[in-house]
Amino acid sequence: MSAVIEVEHLTKRFRSVVAVDDVSFGIEENTITGLLGRNGAGKTTVMQLLTGQDFATHGDIRVFGERPVENRQVLQRVSFIKESQKYPDDFKPKHVFRTAPWFFPHWDAELAERLIDDFRLPLNRRIKKLSRGQLSAVGVIVGLASRAAVTFFDEPYLGLDAVARQIFYDRLLEDYAEHPRTIVLSTHLIDEVSNLLEHVIVIDQGRILLDADAESLRGSATTVVGTRALVDSFVAGREVLHREGIGGLASVTVGRLDPAERREAGELGLELAPVSLQQLVVQKTGASTGIEQNA
Amino acid sequence: MDESRPIFVQIAEQIENDIIGGSLPEESQVPSTNEFAAFHRINPATAGKGVNLLVDDGVLYKKRGIGMFVATGARERLVAKRRDQFQNEYVKPLVTEAGKLGISESQLVEMIRREGTE
Repeated sequence: MSAVIEVEHLTKRFRSVVAVDDVSFGIEENTITGLLGRNGAGKTTVMQLLTGQDFATHGDIRVFGERPVENRQVLQRVSFIKESQKYPDDFKPKHVFRTAPWFFPHWDAELAERLIDDFRLPLNRRIKKLSRGQLSAVGVIVGLASRAAVTFFDEPYLGLDAVARQIFYDRLLEDYAEHPRTIVLSTHLIDEVSNLLEHVIVIDQGRILLDADAESLRGSATTVVGTRALVDSFVAGREVLHREGIGGLASVTVGRLDPAERREAGELGLELAPVSLQQLVVQKTGASTGIEQNA
Repeated sequence: MDESRPIFVQIAEQIENDIIGGSLPEESQVPSTNEFAAFHRINPATAGKGVNLLVDDGVLYKKRGIGMFVATGARERLVAKRRDQFQNEYVKPLVTEAGKLGISESQLVEMIRREGTE
């Protein structure tokens, strides 16, 4: 496999604010990558830089081996679905789908038709009059049907109901399986997408906290629950990722446990609970906020 | 899907279960990677990894351009492997828990016998 996106020492500063702080990473061709992090972490800025919509303060970006800014060769192979896409005032969804093929050479009108049906999107209503969910559906349809070699979805489903989100996941997987391509997805609904992702990049305050295979993260943390004394002696000498407790009970998250250690915990009467990707991200990016965590 | 273990391992186990249980007989075709991915709503690469695990073990084999098939003798080998696991994953914890509750060996044998005759 080869990297379709390569970023080295990328920094983006807005006056005194450092939105992206010296990050380096690569994204492999034909993978689905999750770009995760809290609000204001720098996800959107990274996507804007990667799609040539903004200039880097420092550092180097290569998409298909070239710099994306004002580069037709790169940009016509890239689709970027933004959370806050602006359309001309009197545009209706039908206009969006009629103009999209001008920009995307691989546009699949049949797929678009099908998705319009799936999402029950009114084609003849002004974009301004659409609900938040319907507006998101327009973006999702453009993103999928454009079938670009690299597709960025930035929080693509604000306001989409659970059924519509499931349609999005199913259609994404289906179309990706038939037409492999590189997909970068930023989202807050980590639990919903964690099984779709092959790779995960977690950003916090403009820096990369985690850049790993989604599979390698599964089981990379375990929460140990039991009486405080027992838990403390079991986790002694381990790196503790998160700790909370109530009364005499403690719940401590540590790294990977091997089968022998799991057995030992079981024999001690401790309970082990898996840590989902979402919990892992919450713990990594919300370290000191004391967010309630459901084990 | 169980959160604590890699999904591809779970996919492989599920195929193994289907082979042991008989719903995937030897020399029958197994669903494609994309079918597994769509059904479980997982990344196709992950599903592929699970299938490949079984190809490496010789449980499945690939027919070029057609798909994946269950190898002859796969069921027998899987059952033997699972019996070893049974000792570790079921019998050992059972004996440990019985010890904690003060159940003697003969009582334990009696309890197992009672389950068997029901």
